[in-house]
Amino acid sequence: MKTAKTATQNACKLCNPLGACLAFRGIEKCVPFLHGSQGCATYIRRYLISHFKEPIDIASSNFNEDTAVFGGSHNLKLGLKNVTQQYRPEVIGLATTCLSETIGDDVDMILKEYVNLFENGEPLPNGEPLPVMIHASTPSYQGSHIDGFHAAMKATVAKLAEEGPKKNLLNIFPNMVSPADLRHMKEILKDFNIPFVLLPDYSETLDGGPWAEYHRIPKGGTPVSTIKETGMASGSIEFSSVLNTEKSPAGYLEKTFAVPRYQMPMPIGIKQSDAFFGLLEKLSEKPLPEKYEDERRRLVDAYADGHKYIFEKKAIVYGEEDLVVAMAAFLREIGIVPVLCASGGKSGLLKKRLQELIPDLDEAGIKVRDGVDFVDIEDEAKVLKPDLLIGNSKGYTMSRKHNIPFIRIGFPIHDRFGGQRQLHLGYRGTQELFDRIVNTVIAEKQSSSPIGYTYM
Amino acid sequence: MEKIGILEGREKQVYEKKGDSAAIDIKCETTSLSGSVSQRACVFCGSRVVLYPVADALHVVHGPIGCAAYTWDIRGAVSSGPELHRLSFSTDLKEMDVIYGGEKKLHQSLTELIAQYQPKAAFIYSTCIIGLIGDDIDAVCKKVSQETGIPVLPVHSEGFKGTKKDGYKAACDSLMKLVGTGSTEGIGKYSINILGEFNLAGEAWIIKKYYEEMGIEVVATMTGDGRVDDIRRSHGASLNIVQCSGSMVKLAKMMEEKYGIPYLRVSYFGIEDMSMALYDVAKHFSDNPAILDAAKKLVNREVSELYPRLQHFRQALEGKKAAIYVGGAFKAFSLIKALNSVGMSVVLAGSQTGNKDDYEGLKEMCEEGTVIVDDSNPVELSKFVLEKEADLLIGGVKERPIAYKLGIGFCDHNHERKIPLAGFVGMYNFILEVYNSVMSPVWQFAPRKGGLS
Repeated sequence: MKTAKTATQNACKLCNPLGACLAFRGIEKCVPFLHGSQGCATYIRRYLISHFKEPIDIASSNFNEDTAVFGGSHNLKLGLKNVTQQYRPEVIGLATTCLSETIGDDVDMILKEYVNLFENGEPLPNGEPLPVMIHASTPSYQGSHIDGFHAAMKATVAKLAEEGPKKNLLNIFPNMVSPADLRHMKEILKDFNIPFVLLPDYSETLDGGPWAEYHRIPKGGTPVSTIKETGMASGSIEFSSVLNTEKSPAGYLEKTFAVPRYQMPMPIGIKQSDAFFGLLEKLSEKPLPEKYEDERRRLVDAYADGHKYIFEKKAIVYGEEDLVVAMAAFLREIGIVPVLCASGGKSGLLKKRLQELIPDLDEAGIKVRDGVDFVDIEDEAKVLKPDLLIGNSKGYTMSRKHNIPFIRIGFPIHDRFGGQRQLHLGYRGTQELFDRIVNTVIAEKQSSSPIGYTYM
Repeated sequence: MEKIGILEGREKQVYEKKGDSAAIDIKCETTSLSGSVSQRACVFCGSRVVLYPVADALHVVHGPIGCAAYTWDIRGAVSSGPELHRLSFSTDLKEMDVIYGGEKKLHQSLTELIAQYQPKAAFIYSTCIIGLIGDDIDAVCKKVSQETGIPVLPVHSEGFKGTKKDGYKAACDSLMKLVGTGSTEGIGKYSINILGEFNLAGEAWIIKKYYEEMGIEVVATMTGDGRVDDIRRSHGASLNIVQCSGSMVKLAKMMEEKYGIPYLRVSYFGIEDMSMALYDVAKHFSDNPAILDAAKKLVNREVSELYPRLQHFRQALEGKKAAIYVGGAFKAFSLIKALNSVGMSVVLAGSQTGNKDDYEGLKEMCEEGTVIVDDSNPVELSKFVLEKEADLLIGGVKERPIAYKLGIGFCDHNHERKIPLAGFVGMYNFILEVYNSVMSPVWQFAPRKGGLS
């Protein structure tokens, strides 16, 4: 099998600025703004829209040839002014692109100059206070969309978090999960009665109700006032296995304000959910609410009811590294062998983290590959002959070509309905995933059976 | 409702028709205003969309991963054979490539990909960053072409070097390098090329069948189910038929200049324009009256079958109002006629890339009070559809959620659609889709209709 190839063919990742724009949509009254060509903003908008099915306005400084040669300062300032005029944001989440990064625009300096304009008497757009401007460096030739996501949130706490007396407050950095996951997180924390800051929170801004008029900035998102308090929190829980301290918002808060950072995999599966709920019990000094005990009980029951259908089925799981780690651990605990754990990301930690969670990783013959594309994954699939494919919509072509039953999770889901309402986290999210996996296997068995059993 | 204003710098891109006397003086064909959340994309997008349907060519995006990832199999341009165009190839540049240049990587990528996929030709798209770091992609393409023996064509589509329209031009320049490199043997006198028809959901097949029924030979459907070998011999055709004029007129003009092939602008949307597209071609070949006879027979047959089927929709849709915001303005003409033919009026007509003539034409066709807009954005579009009380918005993916959030029907009329809307059967599909959306009972719950927000 050829593995060393130069070109990326059917990428299993997206670019840095997309993640930043998504994360910025989780801040209240924030407009994402891309410093670069118009196309970057438009492509990213259309890509996010096809998953979330919500209007997603991303401004652009719209470089032209002159801008590329002489610098983006003028365009950026004009763009900020226009966005402020039209959207009246409290926050502008500014992310860079390969273009503005490569010409070496000093965005922080430009922002300072922009602010100075108004301090020196230029009338404010709308006559209102200037929005807070958060700048994340997200060149598309570095990392992938998930790096942009974390970079935006790190820049956010670096800009806004304040020092102060410690509060009974928990920060949650949930990673790139679905709006349904975010809502579930909020429900859990409320049930534990723990004051919290969830960052980002696009559960409403990207999955809201109908409008009577155009909401230039949809309601919802983490308020700036609470983001300020992240520096005074008693701890941060961060769902990530591969995010290093330097790039992590929780890491930043720990380093700068001594807010303890609890890093853990996404709570998918019983073991990881137990770890998460256990930590909440410890931090809140409250027992697990009965509701979740019930959910756990039902899940254990379901595991028993469904185990035979899936035992020792082989699955390929792919996507962002953190999702792959958590999913693989879950699959292992229900008896499925994730024969290939693959990601387009390349933190260098994927295998290590999987080994920690799956002690028999090598023994079970589980392959781990990072920095791969779909041609790599397909090459592996031809040999591994998996029973299931688990990941985002981008695996559909492969699933169709090789006739592998396919379960869509994560982002993007653009060939199915309701990707934004899909739950992955906690006992409840695991239950939904488990049911879907078992049913996929049953459906396959049913449709490929010569008899067509109507009763399983 | 809070009054939404038009941004300073955009006032002249918005026009409302007031009586016949007021001349339209719309500002257009300029770059988008910074910070205006334009619905437009970039030069790369323009090139990529035009060349996308050449199905047996390798399409390699030279740059960081995003540009290739966002354009991976997102369009409905289908192929009757090879499907190389549905894959996404990128040199996926990293920081070190940006510092030291990406030429070597491009060369290696191309060598490997051509060996692996054996394409008939390769298009190499230059992205923003390539324009900056100055990779000589022409030289790399030339070298690889010599080494592999297939045409390897650079596409100068650096995102920031103009607008989407400039991307169309870059694509036409690349196609022109293929045109004229094949044998024209066996091509008859009554022959055409179909340009600017992207075979979305098989539309080019519908159109091709019509022309063939008229006794006309189709040499190349250039950018719809496109094949490299057909394009290479397309200069043997007698006539070029250009639909999406914004994207392909440049190529038609180049072919006219170099090979003396005249061209016709047509549209395949709606009964009127579709019929015209057939008659115009028949008239061009007036020395063969059988062609016109066949066209008349075809149109007669199709219309008499289609017309009664539309009446049910007309009853429901009569008096409803539509807003149109599309990429190229030329398409808007056809849409207005098509909507009028089922009794609907148009209250907003806008495009991303129209020119003065386009907007003048739209003004002529529209009723008083219609808003005509160039390079609009979500805030303006939502303002207009609400103020004008539109029942329907026609647009693409980025416009769809605007309509749905506000409780307005929507019809996808862009390159991602999976239902053919061209031709007579396409007209039926179009009106059916309009009907399905506008008449759906779900809008009763919209805040605009008294539901809760």
